[in-house]
Amino acid sequence: MPMETIASFEVARLNILDENGDTDIDLVPDLKPDRLVAMYRWMLLAREADQRMLKMQRQGRMGTFAPSTGQEAVSVAAAMAMGEKDWFTGAFRELGGRLVRGEPLVNVFLYYNGYEEGNLRPQGSADRLLPVNIIVGSQCVQAAGLGYAAGFRGEDAAVLTVFGDGATSEGDFHEGMNLAAVWNAPVVFLCQNNQWAISIRREKQTRSQTLAQKGIAYGMPCVQVDGNDALAVYRAVDEALARARSGDGPTFIEAVTYRLMMHTTADDPTRYRTEEEAKEWWDREPLVRFRRFLEKQGLWDKAKQDEMDQEIKAEVAAAVEEFEARDSFKADAPFDHVFGTDHAVIQDQRREFLARLEEVDNAQA
Amino acid sequence: MPRLNMVQAINLGIDQQMAKDDGVIVLGEDVGLDGGVFRVTDGLLEKYGSDRVLDTPLAESGIIGAAVGMAIAGLRPVCEMQFSCFSYLMIPQLEGHAARLRSRTHGQVTVPLVVRMPYGGGVRAMEHHSESREATYAHLPGTKVVIPSGPRNARSLIAAAIRDPDPVVFMEPKHSYRAFKEEVPDEEEVAEIGRAEVVREGTDLTVVGFGAMMRPILKATAEVDEARGVSIEVIDLLTIAPMDGETVCESVRRTGRCVVVQEAPRSFGVASEVIAVINDKVLMYLEAPVRRVTGYDVVTPYFGREKDYIPTAGWVRRAIEETLDF
Ligand SMILES: Cc1ncc(C[n+]2csc(CCOP(=O)(O)OP(=O)(O)O)c2C)c(N)n1
Ligand SMILES: [Mg+2]
Repeated sequence: MPMETIASFEVARLNILDENGDTDIDLVPDLKPDRLVAMYRWMLLAREADQRMLKMQRQGRMGTFAPSTGQEAVSVAAAMAMGEKDWFTGAFRELGGRLVRGEPLVNVFLYYNGYEEGNLRPQGSADRLLPVNIIVGSQCVQAAGLGYAAGFRGEDAAVLTVFGDGATSEGDFHEGMNLAAVWNAPVVFLCQNNQWAISIRREKQTRSQTLAQKGIAYGMPCVQVDGNDALAVYRAVDEALARARSGDGPTFIEAVTYRLMMHTTADDPTRYRTEEEAKEWWDREPLVRFRRFLEKQGLWDKAKQDEMDQEIKAEVAAAVEEFEARDSFKADAPFDHVFGTDHAVIQDQRREFLARLEEVDNAQA
Repeated sequence: MPRLNMVQAINLGIDQQMAKDDGVIVLGEDVGLDGGVFRVTDGLLEKYGSDRVLDTPLAESGIIGAAVGMAIAGLRPVCEMQFSCFSYLMIPQLEGHAARLRSRTHGQVTVPLVVRMPYGGGVRAMEHHSESREATYAHLPGTKVVIPSGPRNARSLIAAAIRDPDPVVFMEPKHSYRAFKEEVPDEEEVAEIGRAEVVREGTDLTVVGFGAMMRPILKATAEVDEARGVSIEVIDLLTIAPMDGETVCESVRRTGRCVVVQEAPRSFGVASEVIAVINDKVLMYLEAPVRRVTGYDVVTPYFGREKDYIPTAGWVRRAIEETLDF
């Protein structure tokens, strides 16, 4: 018997906004001018905050962090497509998206300066933004559970989980994709393919022609989008979230972008990649093309840009000031939160800890 | 003799074993082109090529699982976990197979592999980059756990770990990576796994420690000796499991007093085990209860607070004095 094709698949790529700011008008998502301007503003804010943190890190005023410069469009546009009740669980390179979801900038600074306080949601906040996940890929499995729970409770909610190209090699990624698909859970898996996982280039991470096609193996719709095109990311995520909420299960989206900076401030990318490569991607970065788009739409000009630049600088500076003014942190807070129940072993150690601190204080006085 | 820091010394140790035995293979995330995020494997890719130095995809369970296969097939894989906290993803392969195959097959199938991993705090790193969880691995029968404290013993212990017939978890105190240099002879040195070392002789009290805690311990003991005219013995465990209880007990039998130091949380730790061994073997020689200097049973705080949570020479000194005064 001759062999026959029993299944075949296609992987589509979505790109709406090109580098000149021109669009495929049929595909432009239906966003009001103020939302478009807001989208641009979030990206600008993320860029400014990122660059400011980099400077502070170099001056010893900020701990190690993973810059997101060049990847703003992915998480900002995705977060803007989310509904109020949707969950966001990401990795550590979604500064813009976190800000959109209600993270105060001062929290970001606290977090990267070594204080759990940076993870606390503002009082009264109902946003479903989970803390940074450093264990690569771990959020993918949790997303399946968050989605299952939302379905179980009959909530009109979906889950957006964001992770990198490197994460797709971890078992957790595959288990999460499979669980979400088997449960038909309302989850959008958004992979920021920034071409690198520290020093491992995308081609050495997986032999798959696209990352998007990994969705096919798990039986879910998948698409590749230009990750530096905020309109394409928005459209793809918006559609996937709508599908998820209406009971049609998970989607996998590969957003093709580029890590323009070092992996973290502790990394030296000159050891493994050329500056020319990064330079090429600077020409494709997401902010400039979005500005050109706004200009072509008659929504933007130099005066508006100058005004917004000032405003954002002031906003970041105010957050820096607020963060640097904060100088007292409860020393024994770690003892408060080991468990939700009281135990002598913890309280005994807390007493010992506090006595020791007092002694040190007295010795210094 | 060249003076090397611990990063350079471990690098030299691996290099020497690779030169001697072409079955020694290095694998892990970013170990090749990047030379490892701490540069411990720097230069090995250039020297030995990409068949022997493998930049793997991001998959801890995969790295160790593959290494188990390589080891069964006769290679000597030396794996890197980028930070010890990401190594938990490999526990199913380590506990479920690497540590058991010898027993499972009565010695017919063995797994001589090394898993290197930086551990410990004090470097102002992000979450999951500062923990000390040696007890987790020490508690897995069939797994050897080795922790060097300085460049010279790091070089001889990594050599021993690579030649060892069993799986060895090799935990590197990252705080000590570049903290100081020591003379490390060019010629190969191979330590004996399972042996603690008396690094300072004394008669009045024994301090037992390992890894990054050795420096605060040596500072504290020198201070107390000087201040009180006593002489304190110091033991560096070097191998956590299987532990060298004999060296500890022989010392405590002479000194009658003991302080045990670990950076890790207090409960269920290495210090508890040292005390249990003393209890079993030399309890009647004790003139004071054995004291523990440890971290606390809390989730490792982010670096903003970590300095209050990691034992210092001051903590050790205080415990020594209280034990002397008991
Ligand atoms: C389980 C695990 N292993 C290793 C690391 C160390 N590490 C941090 S980020 C990273 C690379 C991640 O690459 P990718 O998923 O592509 O995300 P990107 O950093 O490019 O945003 C590695 C290896 C980690 N955080 N978690
Ligand atoms: Mg990446």
